[in-house]
Order: sequence, then C-alpha cells, then structure tokens
Amino acid sequence: MSSAQIEIQLIGIVVAAACALPGVFLVLRGMAMMSDAISHTVLLGIVLGFLATGDLESPWLIFGAAAMGLITVSLTELLNRTKLVKHDAAIGLVFPALFSIAVILISRFARGVHLDTDAVLLGELAFAPFDRLMLFGTLLPRSLVVMGAIALVNLIFILAFYKELKLATFDAGLAAALGFSPALIHYGLMGLVSITAVGAFDAVGSILVVAFMVAPAAAAYLLTDKLERMLLYAVGLGALGAVGGYWMAHLMDANIAGSMATIIGVLFALCLLFAPQRGLLASAARRARQRWEFAQTMLTIHLLHHEGTPEAEVENRLDHLHDHLRWEPAFARGVVQRADERGLVRLENGSLHLTDAGRGLATTMLADKR
Amino acid sequence: MTLLELLSSLLTDHTIRTVASGTAILGVVSGVLGSFAVLRKQSLLGDALSHAALPGVAIAYMLTGSKSPAVLMLGAGIAGVLAILVLLNVTSRTRLKEDSVLGIVLSVFFGFGLLLLTFLQRNPDARQAGLNTFLFGQAATLLTRDVQTMAVFGGLALLLVLVFWKEFKLLSFDREFGASLGLPMRGIDILLTTLLVVAVVIGLQAVGVVLMSAMLVAPGAAARQWTDNLGRMTLLSALFGALAGVAGALVSSLGSGLSTGPVIVLCISLIVLVSLLFAPNRGLVWNWLRQWRNRSRLRTEAVLENIYLMSSQHADPTHPHAVTALEAVSGAGNVRRSLEELQRRGLAVPHSDKKWSLTAEGVRSAQARLQPAKDADHE
Repeated sequence: MSSAQIEIQLIGIVVAAACALPGVFLVLRGMAMMSDAISHTVLLGIVLGFLATGDLESPWLIFGAAAMGLITVSLTELLNRTKLVKHDAAIGLVFPALFSIAVILISRFARGVHLDTDAVLLGELAFAPFDRLMLFGTLLPRSLVVMGAIALVNLIFILAFYKELKLATFDAGLAAALGFSPALIHYGLMGLVSITAVGAFDAVGSILVVAFMVAPAAAAYLLTDKLERMLLYAVGLGALGAVGGYWMAHLMDANIAGSMATIIGVLFALCLLFAPQRGLLASAARRARQRWEFAQTMLTIHLLHHEGTPEAEVENRLDHLHDHLRWEPAFARGVVQRADERGLVRLENGSLHLTDAGRGLATTMLADKR
Repeated sequence: MTLLELLSSLLTDHTIRTVASGTAILGVVSGVLGSFAVLRKQSLLGDALSHAALPGVAIAYMLTGSKSPAVLMLGAGIAGVLAILVLLNVTSRTRLKEDSVLGIVLSVFFGFGLLLLTFLQRNPDARQAGLNTFLFGQAATLLTRDVQTMAVFGGLALLLVLVFWKEFKLLSFDREFGASLGLPMRGIDILLTTLLVVAVVIGLQAVGVVLMSAMLVAPGAAARQWTDNLGRMTLLSALFGALAGVAGALVSSLGSGLSTGPVIVLCISLIVLVSLLFAPNRGLVWNWLRQWRNRSRLRTEAVLENIYLMSSQHADPTHPHAVTALEAVSGAGNVRRSLEELQRRGLAVPHSDKKWSLTAEGVRSAQARLQPAKDADHE
C-alpha cells in the first residue's frame, strides 16, 4: 500500500466516524433528512463566504457554511411553526431554494473558481492527499486534519452532553421538565451536523455525507437497543464501508465516493436481513414461530371446550379442524404434530385428547383473557 | 429587453419556445402529482426518487447504448419504482423511521449510480455528456423530441390521475374509509407513487436531481394556501408549476450564468412566499393583522374599564384622570392610542390638562362590561 492509499483510507475512516456520531442522533430523532438539506445548503454558506473574503481557503468559509446550516434549520422550523406547511414540506421548500441561490451565485460571480456543483455533490477523494497542510512539523493531508478536528469536536460534544442528548432524544418532555432546553440541544446537534457536512463534502461530496450519516446509524439501530453500542457500531460500520469502498474503487478503478456509498448500502442491507432480532429474516422466523404457537394454543382451547361433552367425539377429530377452525388440512396436521411434540395433545386413531400440560396451557390462556 | 419583447420571444424564438414548453409541461405534471405528495406528507419522496433515478439511467444506457430520452426515462422510472418498493417494505417491516430510510435510499442509490457512471466515462465514444445533463439538468439543451417525450409521458400520467381521481382523493384523505369500501388501497397507493416517479423522471433533464424535489413540493404547498378543495388545489398547483416553468425559462434566457433549473426553483419559491404571506384566510399577513387588531381591542377595553374603576372612587363617575395614572394602572401598551380610540367611539373625552374622563355613554358601556363579572363575584 502506498502512503497515498493509506491516507485516503484514513480520511475515509475519519469522515465516517465524524458523520456517524451525530448521525445516530439524527436517526433516533427522526431528522435524518435534515442532513440532506444541510449538506446542500452549506454550499450557499461557502459561496457567500468566498464572495466576502475572495479566498477559497479562508477558515471563514467553514463558519459561513456552518451558519448557513443553522439558518436552514431555523428557516425550516419557522416555516413549520406557521402551521401552513407540514414539516417534510418545510424541508423540501427551504433547501432547494437556498441551493438554487448558491448555484446561480456560483455561475454568475465565481466562475472558474474550483467550486462547481458537480464537485460539491460528488466530491473527489482521490485528490485529497495532494492538498497538504503543515502541522506539528509534518505535512498532513488537509482533509485529514480538518475532518480529524471535526470528529474530535463531535466526540467531545457528545461525551460532554451525553446525558442531555440521551434524555432529549428518548424523552423530550421529561428533558424539558427537568430544565434541559431541548432547543439548545437541538441546535447544538444541528451545529455539529453543519460543521461535519462542510468538512466532509469537500472530501467526499454532499451525497456521501448523507450516506455516512444515515446508513451506518440506521444499520446500528437494527443491531442494538443500547445507545453506547449504537454509537460504536455506527462508527465501525461507517469505517468498514469507507475501507471496503476504497478497495472496491481501487480494484474497479471507479469513483471512490460512489463506491463507499455502495458498500455502506450493502452493509446496511446485510444488517437489514441478518440482524439477530430486528433483521427481516429473524422477524420472519419469529412471526412463523408465533403463528404455530398461537395455533397450538387455539387447538388446546378448542379441545378443552369440547372435552367431556357429547359432541367431543365429532369435534375433537383431526379431520374436523378444517371445518371448525378453518385450517387447511396440511396446516392442521402440522399444528397437531407440533403440539404432540410439545406434549400438549395425544392423537389416538384420528381423535385428539388433551394432556395435562395442554389442559394447563388452555386454562391459563383463558384465564389471561379475563 | 422589455417585458413585452421577452414575452413575444416565446412565440418567435424557437429555442426559448422549446425550453419554455418543456418546463411548462414539467410544471403542470409535477404540480398535479406534487399536490398529492404534499397532502400525504411525502414531500421528501421526490427528493429521494430523483436521486435514486441515477443508477437506472446509467444501466439503461449501458444495456441499450442509446441516449434517447425515452430509454433513459424508462431506466430512471424502473429505478424509481424499485426505490419505492425498498422504501415501503423497509419502513413497514422494521422500526426505522421513514426519513432514515429515505436518506439511505437517496444516498446509496445515488452513490451506486456514480459508481456506474465512472465505467461509462471510460467508454470513449459514449462520453457521458448526455447523461450528465440528464441528471444535473440543463433545460437549455432540451430538444423538440425531448419535449415530445415529456408530453407523452406527462399526458399519460395526467390522464391516469383523471381516471383514478376519486380513488386518489380517498387515499389522500381517508385511506381506512377507502379500504372499508373494498378498494385495493395499497395498489392505489403504489399507482399514485409510480405516477410521482413519472413526474420526477420528466423533470430530471430540465431541472436536475436536486431541484426536482422542489418542483414536487412547492407548487402544491403554495396552492394549498389558497383553497381547501382538492380539485381547485390541484389546478392551481399545476398553474403555479407552469407559471414558474415558463417564467424560469424566460428569465434564464436573459443572461449567461442563469441556469434554468435554479431560476425556476426561485420563481416557484417566490410564489410560495407570496402564498404563505397573502393567501386569503390562511395568509400570515392577515393573521398578524387579526392578532394586532384583537390585541388593540382588548387593550382599549381594559383602559375603558380602568378609567371607570378609578372614577368609581369619586362621586362623579366622569371624574377626569391623568394619562400617567392610567398608564400606571394599565401597564404595558400604548394607553394614549387606546384613549383616542375611545374618543372616536364617543366613550371618552380629553380635558385641557392632559386628563381624560369618560362620557356618560362611556360610563354605561363600562358598567355593562363589568356588571356580569360582578354578579359572578357575588355567587
């Protein structure tokens, strides 16, 4: 591996970590699409900053962009508070308008500058190692330094306000009642999202910012119920996506950002399918098991109901279940076989009898109902 | 160039006419379908769908080698429908919120599309130029055949909306009732959302991925302010969309660096702003005005009661009081303006020494206002 390759992967990992941290809270709070809005409108902040300073390297650009992120959030909320449009429509109205202004400003006043819409949307990680910065006596890639600093800021904010963030995310009412300002936490978080989006889109483009913020966090949400673990998993999955995406791009000689987003998507799909409890396969298996269990319970109740009555001879026959419980013959046989294995019923020449265990189950279920 | 000349260029200039008719079609179709999206809280679906179209366009081109708009639109449409299926299934089967899934679909589909595009770029004769404009929008490159394709697809979508009008209305307002009538609401849902994909696909070439989402939200959101009737809202929304499309095409023909897509979005955003502020009944300006009037009416009545209560300390109920004393009692607010209002209504009169008193009429009015409250006190 050449040092440029290692650096690109490092940048990818740092971007993934920086994005995943606030991303977890966005996913939990149902504000994932704010990352999409913010990652587009920061462009306006950068353009305005550039027009004001005339310098594309100026640190003011980052502040301008972060401020524009917060303005996007406030405008959305302002619009939402008028109750004239719904929340999702408010997002959909604000960010394209701001983005349009940015695009027009660029093409009117900032032509020829390295600042075009494609670069902003797509990013080009392959060139990141060429843009270097002197720090502590060594030349480091600029993106690595910037994103490292942003990741650190995100980490410190989350550690410092961990309790408040957790409370405000899971029980906003209680947080407010205890005197934590949900608005402050909200804007703090949105500030982080803005700064992260600014730093990251230079390297990976705004669409990948959304991928890195939302997909690993959502995948982690399918894997665990613990916030600490979710944060860890999200960072881990994001980093895995960054490294895997880099190598796929390397092997296929393709766009790095697109490749990373694709791998992140694959990782999400794997979690979606195979997550131990919340994955699609696990929940399908659980539903199937519950269906059988419920049917067995129904069977014992049915048998108990007719037990010892004159019609028991007719009712409690295997072939009668089809008429009475509307079960397909194959399904009925399956239920009886499973109930037999669990020791709930006995089958004697086509007629069904409850065991003590089966009778116990039926009576408890009936008692529960009351 | 005067406005008249600009408008006449619509008739005389072939390029402008082509572009304007393309953006007008886009405005009408996305206006109609966007109304439903806005009502169904699916405003951000358009955003996700337009991004999700990228891999579809790339694959369609890879498979056919053709850049004809119909082929690319078909590819984009298939990718869009696939995105919807992912969205619906993941949202209903996991605990992930819809917006998370939207974000994932949007970014991962788009990223995958980027990956595919790099292969196309390597193919020397392909040069993805055509694909690029298809995605990032360049209305100026619209050709007559593009507009024809847009008109065919768009017309078909509008026709379907007309045929299934009642069903879509039910879906938007009372899905459960529709289901209880035995209508296949899920199928209707998928049909309507597929038509939304058609609108997105039509718009991509003209305004691009990012700005397409605005075309689906803004006309509907603006039209919603003016009426409570779905039919009128949809018509108005189509009108707003077309207006923004034509205006955008005209304005962007004025100067270099004014790409049509962003200008159209700014036009429709302006329409939204005006609607939010000035639409009858719902408009914010009328609302503020109403609040301001209510506040000043309440303040005036409070001042009237205060003068009366202060005067009732004296034998003469029309005993004059200093404005400063009234200000101290009434607290915040412009007491003098309230007094002038009372004077206009003949309830109070000023005296030379900056003092005011009630008229006989004012005393009666204040008594009438305070009497019920006093009765309630005694109970």
